[in-house]
Amino acid sequence: MQLVFEKRKSVSRRAIVLVPILSFLVSLILTGFLLLIFNANPFRTFAAMFVGAFGSWSNFTETLVKAIPLMFTGLGVTIAFKLRFWNIGAEGQLTFGGVAAAWVALFWSPFLPDWSLLPMVMLVGMMAGAAWAGIPALLKTQLNVDETLVTLMLNYVAILFAEGLYYGAWRDPEGYGFPGTKQFPEAAWLPRFAGRAHVGLFIAIGIGLVLWVAMNRTKWGFELNMIGKNKKAARCLGVNVKRNIVVALLISGALSGLAGVSEVTAISHRLQQGLSMGYGYTAIIVAWLSQLNPIAGLFVAVLMAGLLVGGDQVQMMMGLPAAMGLVLQGMILFPMLAGSLFTEYRIKRINPKNSRVLPSEGEVSS
Amino acid sequence: MMPLITSILAITLSAGTSLVYATIGEIYTERSGILNLGLEGMMLMGAVTAFATAYHTGSLFLAVLLAMLVGMILALIHAFLSITMHANQVVSGLSITLFGTGLASFMGQRLGPESNGFNLSGMSAVKFTRTQVEGIGEIPIIGAVFNQDPLTYIVYLLIPVSWYFMYKTKYGLNLRSVGENPQTADAMGLNVTKIRYLYTIFGGMLVGLGGAHLSLAYTPGWTENITGGRGWIVIALVIFSMWNPSRAILGAILFGGINAVQFRLQASGTDIPSAYLNMAPYIATVLVLVLVTVWESHNRKVGPPDALGTSYMREEK
Repeated sequence: MQLVFEKRKSVSRRAIVLVPILSFLVSLILTGFLLLIFNANPFRTFAAMFVGAFGSWSNFTETLVKAIPLMFTGLGVTIAFKLRFWNIGAEGQLTFGGVAAAWVALFWSPFLPDWSLLPMVMLVGMMAGAAWAGIPALLKTQLNVDETLVTLMLNYVAILFAEGLYYGAWRDPEGYGFPGTKQFPEAAWLPRFAGRAHVGLFIAIGIGLVLWVAMNRTKWGFELNMIGKNKKAARCLGVNVKRNIVVALLISGALSGLAGVSEVTAISHRLQQGLSMGYGYTAIIVAWLSQLNPIAGLFVAVLMAGLLVGGDQVQMMMGLPAAMGLVLQGMILFPMLAGSLFTEYRIKRINPKNSRVLPSEGEVSS
Repeated sequence: MMPLITSILAITLSAGTSLVYATIGEIYTERSGILNLGLEGMMLMGAVTAFATAYHTGSLFLAVLLAMLVGMILALIHAFLSITMHANQVVSGLSITLFGTGLASFMGQRLGPESNGFNLSGMSAVKFTRTQVEGIGEIPIIGAVFNQDPLTYIVYLLIPVSWYFMYKTKYGLNLRSVGENPQTADAMGLNVTKIRYLYTIFGGMLVGLGGAHLSLAYTPGWTENITGGRGWIVIALVIFSMWNPSRAILGAILFGGINAVQFRLQASGTDIPSAYLNMAPYIATVLVLVLVTVWESHNRKVGPPDALGTSYMREEK
């Protein structure tokens, strides 16, 4: 007897839902073993993480605070991944958006009426994020340069650029040497509604819903899907592949830019160290775990934010490194990747003698 | 002037060593048709494992050995996901990087001494030191080549040996054919799965070793993100070297050189803010990548292995 993979006629719906959930459980178990190796009690650790992230209203609002940038970047990455364009530059797009937002908030405020400052900050921030994603998109479509590397390298450039600004030219002279700019005028603050949780949450949810409709119910979404599955076929059917890639990447970058905008305008109220906390990388996990479904992405973002906040809590309460949350996140994708095989294939037992010597009728005719 | 050039060259070679190890490792892997984007995480894991081992046991041999082992284990995960489970190789590699980065950070904050809050950063341990080759080591300029640590000397051997292996032996031919056309290789009686596993894991071993060189020789010690994106630069270097081990040295010298000049400029105290100086390797990577891609598109012979990044499923012939 031998096991072979047989392609399913249609993608298994049950597997689409089950695989991510099982992946999460498997990653908990694997991380549990890892904790044992490092001399920590896995049950107590996970319980502390859960309580830390969801145990009280104030903890939950902190989880939401981290979920918002993950929603924006996760949705941005989702659009790019739908095209099989490996944008791993959400971190840089976020940072560049934050830098542009700070530029407008700090230097345009004397020339703009108060009511228009925040919309202008958001608009310019999104444009900056879009531009930062547009570079790799153009390099890819015009010169066929590998996008994975360009998007990633631009992360480092954007982060160092921001660093150069808040340590140098934009540094607050009255900041007692603290690396950060002056505080933004209040007209540029994004309002909060509970704790530090801010209205960015509703913007992100709104964008998630719109994106779901656009991806599943419009011609544009259909074209994205087709390009992602088979570029050549899409081209033959008259889809403008290059233009679609550039447009999708501009949207993708704009969403990550918005994450940067909301971080500086609602949380820190200035450009400072620690703007990029790795949200752009976690966004990859959000996108893949949600199977590129924008609505699922919103929930996964909250879950991933919970792991981050829970990790911080574990550090405070049990002295375990906060990187714990990152380990758990990184672990989730392994079973997820292994399991995704089962959404498209099923395992079939065959008798090697028969199948090798005599091909089945279908094979002969093809 | 001579001593300055000699010292810049010496730093260049030292900075380039980890890059060459990882570049050659990734060339082996990609030649077999497997794209591994997990290098950044694997180098970080190699670096933290090597340093933690050196710190606790005082044995450099054991430190290097364990770093290689960790590289192999992570590569094995990637091999299992992308070869056996036919997972998307880009995403599998990314998840290795995410996991490796997280775990390396976790270990760095957990494996240190209690007096330092279990942190490894700020600790010092045994390290590889430069040893001068008698006689040649004193000559200006050339002397820089023979005034290095043992891991760099091994690199001098690794490059020609890898080139010979890949282009002049039967095994090298098998490796290349699996990466170019797995169907044909399979029909010729080669075990595609076995060969891909073998070279993905072997490549991982060299990547782990590259990480170990960072924490044991180039910048001895452990700091978060000690690699600073080297794992990604290596992916670009593989393209730059056109999948040929003998050219791996060029990219490493270019990027090692950028590091060395940066090092020198910062030491001499320039007016340019260090943040902008530090951008140089990343901008250079993008520029090199664009130039090489354009050049390669006009010379069709030198592209990547044909089957790179695609999984091979016998049932889908």
